[in-house]
Amino acid sequence: MAASSPRNPPPLPGADNQDPLSEMADEDSDEGEDIFVGNSNPVAESFQTDTANGEEPADLFSEEEISTTVNSSITTTKSNGVHSDNENDLFAEASVELSMENPSTIARENPTTTAKTSGAEFTPSRTQTQPKSIEQLEEDKDEDSFDMDVAVTNPEKIGDGMNAYIAYKVSTRTTLPMFKNRTFSVWRRFSDFLGLYEKLSVKHSLNGCIIPPPPEKSIVGMTKVKVGKEDSSSADFVETRRAALERYLQRVVCHPSLLQDPDVREFLERDELPRAVGTHTLSGAGFLKMINRASDAVSKMTVKISDSDAWFDNKLQEVESEELQLRKLHAVVESLVNHRKELCGNTAVFAKSMAMLGNSEDNTALSRALSQLAEVEDKMETLHQEQAASDFFILAELLADYIRLLGAVRGCFEQRMKTWQRWQEAQSTLQKKREVEAKLLWANKPDKLQQAKEEITEWEGKVTQYERDFDRISVTVRKEFLRFEKEKSKDFKSQIVKYLESLLQSQQRLVKFWEAFLPEAKAIG
Amino acid sequence: VLNVDLQTDATLQVDISDALSERDKVKFTVHTKSTLPNFKQNEFSVVRQHEEFIWLHDSFVENEEYAGYIIPPAPPRPDFDASREKLQKLGEGEGSMTKEEFTKMKQELEAEYLAIFKKTVAMHEVFLCRVAAHPVLRKDLNFHVFLEYNQDLSVRGKNKREKMEDFFKNVVKSADGVLVAGVKDVDDFFEHEKTFLLEYHNRVKDASAKSDRMIRSHKSAADDINRIASTLYTLGTQDSTDVCKFFLKVSELFEKTRKIEARVAADEDLKLADLLKYYLRESQAAKDLLYRRGRALVDYENANKALDRARAKNKDVLQAETSQQVCCQKFEKISESAKQELIDFKTRRVAAFRKNLVELAELELKHAKGNLQLLQSCLGVLKGDT
Repeated sequence: MAASSPRNPPPLPGADNQDPLSEMADEDSDEGEDIFVGNSNPVAESFQTDTANGEEPADLFSEEEISTTVNSSITTTKSNGVHSDNENDLFAEASVELSMENPSTIARENPTTTAKTSGAEFTPSRTQTQPKSIEQLEEDKDEDSFDMDVAVTNPEKIGDGMNAYIAYKVSTRTTLPMFKNRTFSVWRRFSDFLGLYEKLSVKHSLNGCIIPPPPEKSIVGMTKVKVGKEDSSSADFVETRRAALERYLQRVVCHPSLLQDPDVREFLERDELPRAVGTHTLSGAGFLKMINRASDAVSKMTVKISDSDAWFDNKLQEVESEELQLRKLHAVVESLVNHRKELCGNTAVFAKSMAMLGNSEDNTALSRALSQLAEVEDKMETLHQEQAASDFFILAELLADYIRLLGAVRGCFEQRMKTWQRWQEAQSTLQKKREVEAKLLWANKPDKLQQAKEEITEWEGKVTQYERDFDRISVTVRKEFLRFEKEKSKDFKSQIVKYLESLLQSQQRLVKFWEAFLPEAKAIG
Repeated sequence: VLNVDLQTDATLQVDISDALSERDKVKFTVHTKSTLPNFKQNEFSVVRQHEEFIWLHDSFVENEEYAGYIIPPAPPRPDFDASREKLQKLGEGEGSMTKEEFTKMKQELEAEYLAIFKKTVAMHEVFLCRVAAHPVLRKDLNFHVFLEYNQDLSVRGKNKREKMEDFFKNVVKSADGVLVAGVKDVDDFFEHEKTFLLEYHNRVKDASAKSDRMIRSHKSAADDINRIASTLYTLGTQDSTDVCKFFLKVSELFEKTRKIEARVAADEDLKLADLLKYYLRESQAAKDLLYRRGRALVDYENANKALDRARAKNKDVLQAETSQQVCCQKFEKISESAKQELIDFKTRRVAAFRKNLVELAELELKHAKGNLQLLQSCLGVLKGDT
């Protein structure tokens, strides 16, 4: 199997590119190459085939979704970014909405007519003065837009033997004021990425946030690299991991709430990051397994919260069914990748064989034609190899990412269920306390009665709190889910289009090969 | 269909007009049109099975009169085992797939079965056409019996003992082959042919095996694309969102492109793999001819030596002289026809390769352009929507 084709550097910005940021990137970057190509779509590519048409760097301000909830969460930047601390918050308004029966009609109504009972007022954002419905928040485009671009590049092996690791350059380009500079780079290793994920999970998953999962650990893959096996399979492994880490990071920074998290900022900015501990035991996959196990336990109870919960029920079912199909699809695409690699190898072998046959052939014209055919087959081998790479990097990895993401989405829904259960349990505890109180009243025990009354007050408070938590997480989950769906739709469309374009280029080259060969074949005899 | 560029001749035209696949045998309807007086009618058909083709081929090989000709290679045995096994497995797995998937796969396998069937018919037909086109072999009595006798020829397959005899014959032959190959020929033409054929045969053998492997991978990849199309379809039908409509369009595209890919693999099989397989067999037949000539040469040289010894001892000289003359005539007869046969072989080979390579290139182009068009139009639609 031939070594994988070298990645070409992304095209340098053209002369007509007015973007001053790209020039700065050139100054900063050691290699003089602009690594920011394409839009800040979570799967903007760094991997390029040599048939990349020189697209101009897409509009950097294209990430609409970032602007939406940034408006509402700008107020929370002063806090440590964890929403639950903030009492006086935007969710107050949202909780009012959810008390209505049908969640799908709520968002369409003008929120100003429904925002009432809750004491907390919606803190206005920088540019908005009135509360927004969830849908309006989602539909906002280019409000306070900013750009944020991250790239993971230059994998370098540090050290030797079993303690060796790969360091990746994480580069950021941004206009966000919260960062010290506009462009900056740091070096990170795989466990750092896992560490980031764990920190974010701990803080945000309880809120119903969909935390993008990092790529999985791979003992086999890393061992090969450590041992120093300089073959194409370890090069492939490193490239696969680099691309996956990049997509992971891009998804994190695309997420409006996560972007605000200081851990994310630290990850991107800080020169030396304290070594993440415990990632040996709790890898990204490990954490996901935990979530999956929890979700299994919860889904075993057939709980139906209320009719208004049908939306969540339906969506969860959709997610589960979609995950099943994506796993199937992923398996088939992997099979395709393998068969294409096999085809690649077999074509190379056949090409050599044809060349030999051409040498033996004693009719001159036929001999030449057979040699030409051998060359065509050689070119086909390259074509198959590149196509297999496309199959893998564009399609298979997309599917793998979304299988992991759907797992995270399910985890999210299950978090909400747990929150509901906690509320229900509190209600039933409160009920019991009230019964105890009633009994005590009857039995006329004033001391115990006082304690009972205190407990009732305590649990009343908890019930209210847990109800609010549940309402809040429901809002978040719904918002997260809708955002996720949008991202997913965009991702799939753009990646599949890219894949089809790679197929198209292959066919164009095929046409050229055979058009060149045909006259040679006709010249025989 | 493989075409070895034969002269068609109104005096004798043979083809396989029909074929029937039964449990474990194939029945070929051999149809003849002839103006030759040897036959009772001008047009007639008989039904023949594979064993009867082999009998005919072997009768040519064993006939001393034909030692100087390239005997058209026997057609390979019809082999539906693999295909039948796949169909059976499909039947067993029917419960585990959706109705659409099952129907689709069944159609695929049936098409594959049909393709194998067509191929075996073509290969049996080519054999008969080669015989009919050969100026001497076409007059063979066994051939006429084969064509005309409308009853079973009762040529049972070889029994165990006969197969053993064949085996030893081949062993001796290959040992001899080494022997005669080592003897340098005075005749430049044959010396060149010997060197050429030995190398060519080996390389064609290699190329044939490797082309088969390559085409198998290609078919597997096309099958994968088929399954991708199905799964995308399922994903697309789960909802009516934007992305689902997108999936449906892409699924439709892959359905079409994979049909083209399957055709590409099939055409490569027909135009390239089958071509190489055929010339593998023909080059073997040419080698066999050279071997027979080599044997005749050895016999001739031995007869010369025997004559010299007889003359020296002045004993049985006449006998030795006769024997030597017979060997000489045999050798010269073989050499003369062999030369022409080998020249014809080259002409046929060059013509066949030309025809098939041109057709291959044209088909590959056609399919690539077809794929291109599908991809362009689909991309146009998809990008226009988003």
